[in-house]
Amino acid sequence: MDNDTFGSGAPRRQTPGHDTSPHDVVIDVRGLRRRYTSGARGATGFEAVSGVDLHVRRGELFALLGTNGAGKTSLLEVVEGLARPTGGTVRVFGRDPYRQRAQVRPRIGIMLQEAGFPSDLTAFETARMWAGTLAAPRPVEEALDLVALRGRADVAVSSLSGGERRRLDLALALLGRPEVLFLDEPTTGLDPESRRSAWDLVRGLLDDGTTVVLTTHYLEEAERLADRLAIMHGGRIVQEGTVAEIVGAEPAHVYVDEASVRPYLADLPLLPGETVTRVEGGTLAIATRDLQRSLAVLLAWATDRDVTFGRLEARPASLEQAFLALADEPGAPRTGHGATTDQTERAA
Amino acid sequence: MTTLTQTRTPAAGPRATTALASSLRRTGSLVRAETILLLRNRTALFNGVALAPAMVAFLHFSGAFEAFVGDGAEASVVGAFALTSLVTFALMFVVYYNLASAYVARREELVLKRLRTGQSSDAEILAGAATPAVVTMLAQLVLGGVAIAVWIGLDAPVNVLLLLVAVLGGTFVFTTLAAASTAFTRTLESAQLSTLPIMAGALLLSGTTLPLTLLPERLQVLAEYTPLHPVAELVTLGLTGLRPDGVAIGFGETFALAAQPLAILIGWSVVGAWLATRYMRWEPRR
Repeated sequence: MDNDTFGSGAPRRQTPGHDTSPHDVVIDVRGLRRRYTSGARGATGFEAVSGVDLHVRRGELFALLGTNGAGKTSLLEVVEGLARPTGGTVRVFGRDPYRQRAQVRPRIGIMLQEAGFPSDLTAFETARMWAGTLAAPRPVEEALDLVALRGRADVAVSSLSGGERRRLDLALALLGRPEVLFLDEPTTGLDPESRRSAWDLVRGLLDDGTTVVLTTHYLEEAERLADRLAIMHGGRIVQEGTVAEIVGAEPAHVYVDEASVRPYLADLPLLPGETVTRVEGGTLAIATRDLQRSLAVLLAWATDRDVTFGRLEARPASLEQAFLALADEPGAPRTGHGATTDQTERAA
Repeated sequence: MTTLTQTRTPAAGPRATTALASSLRRTGSLVRAETILLLRNRTALFNGVALAPAMVAFLHFSGAFEAFVGDGAEASVVGAFALTSLVTFALMFVVYYNLASAYVARREELVLKRLRTGQSSDAEILAGAATPAVVTMLAQLVLGGVAIAVWIGLDAPVNVLLLLVAVLGGTFVFTTLAAASTAFTRTLESAQLSTLPIMAGALLLSGTTLPLTLLPERLQVLAEYTPLHPVAELVTLGLTGLRPDGVAIGFGETFALAAQPLAILIGWSVVGAWLATRYMRWEPRR
């Protein structure tokens, strides 16, 4: 009975007791397209989402990653029922979130990337207003407690810091006790401590069976929280899986100061498995699929030759590396990509 | 372990009643917040309360009402005309202009965007923002009616029902037009300009600011179909029970005479609702 506060480190579990089995799909997206036609950019339009399939299971945290303009927010807005898709279907709890808004909304919570507050209301008044529009809200004090804002309840929203406003955003999204929570860059603008508190809060929600869909620019955040994630690029999902699966597709690296091995470069041993060796900025980088054995061979070789590696570093593949590798790819062929970036993030 | 998510109890009781009660509760919560905001914004409060009565007081003391109605008219007829003017001005300033500005301001602050992520319907959001202004206007009309009765003279209305329908119908029409006007209003500042054509057109053709008999006949017919005209017609009729030719008619007969303006007002309500649904802009264009 202690879970209503910031921070519960309890292990993840799928919660029984829902009306459906724990592994059922709560969000089902098929062939989703979203095209913006309005605006001064001409009638040709701009396709922000170009055919996305996506399934989110009950109780999991699904992270959606991608560069600015990849289409994350455009996709989320359709899933949340804020916008109509141009093509394809979206089902949340088996219902159309746009047409059957009244049935879907009471069961979801939405934290937008950017949304405003009337600036003359206090934090408490804002939350009370929001609670009054919900079918089964938590007590307002409880919601403010969840984000550690109770002490600032009587402060006007205009006087709150950016981080505090972001936490108020989160409190409103949690007020309706959502079964599915959408968090669009929830920790942007938070200081490191608040960010960790937010992570603890999200873990607590997951423990209690809430399904979370998260977008973030902090790969560490996705790495720590996500059960599964998808990386979007150019309006498409280019990679999807667990963190381990996505990271597993990338090689590990061994880095050595290039100067310290320069005399022996031609003599380097053959490493097990597929490796790529290159020199970048004075550092010799060896990409390998078998970090442990490569390292063993390399160290044995160095011992034999009495070579001392300068700045030796062995690094397993990271999500960041996987992300950058995907984001660097050209992705969907598209003209004027740079010009359309802003539009995606800001449109509708 | 505590469950943060709750099991939901299915809605009990007669569905329609529950739905209406929920809708009223949601709107009520928005109204409460909007009222706090209005009370904290002295400028808006002053404009809402003072602008239209100031206009009527000015017109009264400058003798414009008497001049408009004609010399030798009964005081109560002049008074009824003054109250009709107050209704039309209030609908323009307190409802139409004020709400168009409020909707645009809320949109630009991204408040409407947030409200749309919740459980309130679009209509509830618009109604929530409109209600304090509408209540202000109703209070203004009551106080204005009392002031006119004292200063100028006013008989008890012949048909209160027509009066109510005119005021509430007019409120609905101009609220929806305010929502639709957000389509061509990009910033709060530009609202002053963008709302002008509708305000000027509606006021000039309403029959309360300009004697319509001065206009060519075709324009007179057209004027009858502008949104403020039926409101003014119904208010005058409800207050005085007089035919356009000045002959007094009974309570029952006022309904027959009200048929056409009522039909026009209903027509505008439908058109307004459609325009608002179709053209309301909920998010800033950037």
